Amino acid sequence: MEYTIFILILPFLSFLFLGLAGKWMSHRAAGLVGTLTLGAVAAMSYLTAFLYFTAPRLADGTFATLIPVNFEWLPFTSTLSIDMGVLLDPISVMMLIVISTVSLMVHIYSFGYMKGERGFQRYYSFLSLFSMSMLGLVLATNIFQMYVYWELVGVSSYLLIGFFYTRPAAIAASKKAFIVTRFADLGFLIGILVYSYYGGTFSFHPDSSMLMAGGAAMMPLALGLMFIGGAGKSAMFPLHIWLPDAMEGPTPVSALIHAATMVVAGVYLVARMFPLFIVYAPGVLHIVAYVGAFTAFFAASIACVQSDIKRVLAFSTISQIGFMMVALGVCTSLDPNLGGLGYMASMFHLFTHAMFKSLLFLCAGCIIEQVHSNEMSAMGGLRKYMPVTHIAFLIACLAISGIPPFSGFFSKDEILTASFNFSPIMGWVMAIIAGMTAFYMFRIYFGIFWGTENKELHEKLHPHENPLTMTIPLVILAGITCVAGFIPFGQFISSNGQAYHIDIELSTALTSIIIGVVSIALAIFMYMRPTQPVADSLARKFKELYTAAYHRFYVDEVYQFITHRIIFGCISTPIAWIDRHIIDGLLNFSAWSAYATSDSIRSLQSGRVQQYAFVFLLGALALILLLIL
Amino acid sequence: MFAGIYGFFTRHNMLAMLISVELMLNATDINFAVFNRFLFPAMKEGYFFSLFSIAISAAETAIAIAIMINIYRNVRSIQTKDIEDMKW
Repeated sequence: MEYTIFILILPFLSFLFLGLAGKWMSHRAAGLVGTLTLGAVAAMSYLTAFLYFTAPRLADGTFATLIPVNFEWLPFTSTLSIDMGVLLDPISVMMLIVISTVSLMVHIYSFGYMKGERGFQRYYSFLSLFSMSMLGLVLATNIFQMYVYWELVGVSSYLLIGFFYTRPAAIAASKKAFIVTRFADLGFLIGILVYSYYGGTFSFHPDSSMLMAGGAAMMPLALGLMFIGGAGKSAMFPLHIWLPDAMEGPTPVSALIHAATMVVAGVYLVARMFPLFIVYAPGVLHIVAYVGAFTAFFAASIACVQSDIKRVLAFSTISQIGFMMVALGVCTSLDPNLGGLGYMASMFHLFTHAMFKSLLFLCAGCIIEQVHSNEMSAMGGLRKYMPVTHIAFLIACLAISGIPPFSGFFSKDEILTASFNFSPIMGWVMAIIAGMTAFYMFRIYFGIFWGTENKELHEKLHPHENPLTMTIPLVILAGITCVAGFIPFGQFISSNGQAYHIDIELSTALTSIIIGVVSIALAIFMYMRPTQPVADSLARKFKELYTAAYHRFYVDEVYQFITHRIIFGCISTPIAWIDRHIIDGLLNFSAWSAYATSDSIRSLQSGRVQQYAFVFLLGALALILLLIL
Repeated sequence: MFAGIYGFFTRHNMLAMLISVELMLNATDINFAVFNRFLFPAMKEGYFFSLFSIAISAAETAIAIAIMINIYRNVRSIQTKDIEDMKW
């Protein structure tokens, strides 16, 4: 399978080509180059997945871990070196499918969405860069290669969020995203260093003799630090603040990067290190679960009151990633039958979530394209104008709410089962959050497609269905969302690699369906009618809570306070004063003293030849006298 | 030789200063020749050295006159007091 290296090389070449030559290309040509490249990558990914999963299993019932390409990039010592290569195992192959599918859909969709935008070619070259780095991240053979691509993903996310660089909000959002994730990546880097120092390697399987010699005691620290990096990328509380602002980028970018692929990199990281987590740091894994659960709840409660549809989707993404983290965190064993179910559930949810959440974002893009606003007040009653978008959005909403037979039901059900196995409290908490998910998704669904129509605006803009380039990806993703739940996921991916047969536990499934249906019914009761007396009176009754949630519980303000008042005010200002007055002062003094000295002796250089000659003569005479005496 | 030194210090015309320098050089050449003749009559180094020095001074004069011509073209004078701009 040596050809897999081209999965990375092709998008990179496309990035270089579009970035360098795009200026002289037409929009259509540039878009075609990017899309065709991604089409080739997707075809190769499907082929790889097909070949990989149809190959015979090993004797112990697992799929072989293949490293078709590997070369030494930076050798440090004879045992420690940074390699670059391609690693194929069940989760990386699964991620290949997710990334290439969503990326291809977004490439096609962007034809319509970005039509006529300035910098169209630049947009496609950045998309190629992102696809390359994300694919490299999942195919990494070692933790350091993963880190390199991890940062590349961060850079391309930064570039794409700030794509509309004339808008100050977009620039601020891109900087915020970059700085927050970069700050978290510091933890990741330190984690890698601790890991490689005590594990003796960058690969995912540390040297057992090093671990015996005391390295095992440091593994929880290393893995915990790595999780901080993962929490930054995956927008876990309290590092989630960048994701809602990242919605300033073009909507297809939000669908690709901030819903389906990049933000689940943290989940992927934990899943990648899972065998180490479970053996050496089960305590850290529980922290992952608690952080995930709190984030899921926190984000869901904010999503219930936001009025900007992309913000709601962003918080919903944070909440769903929380679900995945919980699923990983509640694992207590490597065996899926004995408490290792969460691993499979998490990967399954990652897969289904990527599909339906990118579908939701692409639908939101269609709507925003027509009404020119993100606010729900500009929408309402759109079902008459945009039937395809309406149906696709409804399917995605049902999927995220966990209604069978849509894909979200199956994966969420596995997560709930795993949580109930861990502890009933965790199970009920997650079930309630699943209910909140259904509630806020149907809240925006009714707000957009039913509810009070903004007639004045709609008469002016005449919203209608978008061109085929934008609706076809919706239809494809909706189709995937309908059938993805029936994939026998446990056959391919499980915590110990052996085939696991998913059976739906009736009690859990019923609980989650009932909670979902009740929440949807509540949303229908509150938001389907043209006026919303219940919602308004609730908002009035719990005014403080409502306002706090609307302002995202003031987390951004807390950050603002900490950075501006405490860090800038108490640390940076004195340091700046020392720099300006003491360090600069010393340098200025040395410059000034040199100047003063030369100024006082410059009259010696009179320019009068005779004077020079006279001094010369005196000197010569003095020398002669000296020699004679 | 001392006439040359005196001239070099008192003349403000660069041409005159050059002539003074030539005076000094010629005086030195004669000194070389004379000291060689009276102190080491068996050797010839002094003569050769004065020949050498004459060649050098010829080249030096050519350069000095070239510089003077250039200065004259720029400041229309070869008086030393007029070319004090090159200080500092």
